[in-house]
Amino acid sequence: MADALLKIDGLTKRFGGVIASDNIVLDVNRGELHAIIGPNGAGKTTLISQLTGELAPNLGSIHFDGADITALPVYRRSALGLARSFQITSLFLDFTALDNVALAVQAHAGHSFRFWRDTRTEEQLRAPARAGLDRVGLSNRADVVVANLSHGEHRQLEIAMALATKPRMLLLDEPMAGMGPEESARMVETLRELKRDLTILLIEHDMEAVFALADRISVLVYGRVIATGAPAAIRANPEVRTAYLGEQEAAGG
Amino acid sequence: MTAWLTPRNAVAVVLVALLALLPFYASVTGNYFLMSMFTRILILAMAAVSLNLIMGFGGMVSFGHAAYIGIGGYVVGILAKEGIGSGFVQWPLALAVSGLFALGVGALSLRTRGVYFIMITLAFAQMVYYVAIGLDRYGGDDGLTIHKRSTFDGVIDLSNRTLFYYLCFALLLAMVYLVWRIVNSRFGMVIQGARSNDRRMRAIGFATFRYKLTCFVIAGVMCGLAGALLANHTNFVSPAMMHWTRSGDLIVMAVLGGMGSAFGPVIGAIAFLLLEEGLSRVTEYTNIILGPLLLLVALYARGGIDGLLARVHRG
Repeated sequence: MADALLKIDGLTKRFGGVIASDNIVLDVNRGELHAIIGPNGAGKTTLISQLTGELAPNLGSIHFDGADITALPVYRRSALGLARSFQITSLFLDFTALDNVALAVQAHAGHSFRFWRDTRTEEQLRAPARAGLDRVGLSNRADVVVANLSHGEHRQLEIAMALATKPRMLLLDEPMAGMGPEESARMVETLRELKRDLTILLIEHDMEAVFALADRISVLVYGRVIATGAPAAIRANPEVRTAYLGEQEAAGG
Repeated sequence: MTAWLTPRNAVAVVLVALLALLPFYASVTGNYFLMSMFTRILILAMAAVSLNLIMGFGGMVSFGHAAYIGIGGYVVGILAKEGIGSGFVQWPLALAVSGLFALGVGALSLRTRGVYFIMITLAFAQMVYYVAIGLDRYGGDDGLTIHKRSTFDGVIDLSNRTLFYYLCFALLLAMVYLVWRIVNSRFGMVIQGARSNDRRMRAIGFATFRYKLTCFVIAGVMCGLAGALLANHTNFVSPAMMHWTRSGDLIVMAVLGGMGSAFGPVIGAIAFLLLEEGLSRVTEYTNIILGPLLLLVALYARGGIDGLLARVHRG
């Protein structure tokens, strides 16, 4: 129990009459890859947004590494080591891939009230940025303007940027959204690598990926966590089957 | 070896050379009107360069930038009227007041975005405009004549027109260089990142507000300097120098010249003010020509003249 890196307790978020997060209680243990699955509209992205600080919950608390971060602004949480990737690609489209990652490195390399030196010559930013691109397999695309990269490459770059902030925990919001099978397979490999060093909260629709990667899975339906457990237990859980998996299997034929 | 010899750089070098030689031409031909006109162009180019720092690189479209010209100018004018003629007092104070004003405007306006940001900067500028009209002791609506230019004893004599021209020329180049340094520094990357995707900037750990506010103040101070220079150039300040249409002109200069580079607004200021001057000799309806021209730039030449030159190189 003492080993929960992220502790969510009683988190509730209402939008008018809609309850997007309904008394969510969830622990993510140090070193685990915890996946959250759930049908569309279950409130997965709303949950992530509260964890990163973009949305304020109506009730409940979030603790990260023992500290209450419920009311901290976004950039302070990032400083503590909580990094996110976005479901809809959110990059600096007019910068090169390397500049994108270097900016993320810069965010955690002291203050940026430095007005004179050409930052593109600063090896202490450039070298980690290149290493980050290398880690997600984009090193040969470093000098390409991001707007000209493919969708799959954007997703990889998202991860590289989250990593460049030297996080202790990654919040990944559907990293495989819109990817082809080949790209997905590459992303699974990347995540498998990351799992060794990082605690990860993964939101993902791709069931194959989730069951291959996750140590534990929580199922979110209408803003409520209806089950948490190991992949095998989740697969066997009758409530989950009716609420979610059955629906998928039926749709998949 | 010749990588730097692009059409874009060639135009910049030729322009700078022509500007450097202009006083010689003026003294040979006795055409001092030309030099005076270009002194004004250099000063307004500074204002456009400073605006471009926040607008082009920072995405903060200030529609009240002429207010800083007015503030810088009025500080010089008011002090001169009160018998304080030393530039060592006037100019630092002009910059300080401009910076403080920018701090206030920025602290409020940067909490909003898009059209609201534009409206708040405009509202503040209008406020200063009407305050100036209300200053009866300093000429009110009619403006205030400055009988003596700022004195910098033992350093430079501003009443010498050629020296004054070169001072403006040097300050403009220094300002372009400063903006260029800033834009490529860590600070500049934060500013451009916030323009590109502010949300992501915060997600990776930047408190973007304080960087944008700092940038806003830097631009205000730069423009305040342009105001102090303009007051010395014309020996006159009036509310008209910060009318909202003047703020619009500055935006047009930056857009016309190109917001993507530190030097672009200089090209824009020269092009805009020469066009305005030239057209005003032909017709009093200069905007009939300037308007559609700007439309063409907005539609077909994003990046302005500077952007066109960059494209010529790429082929």
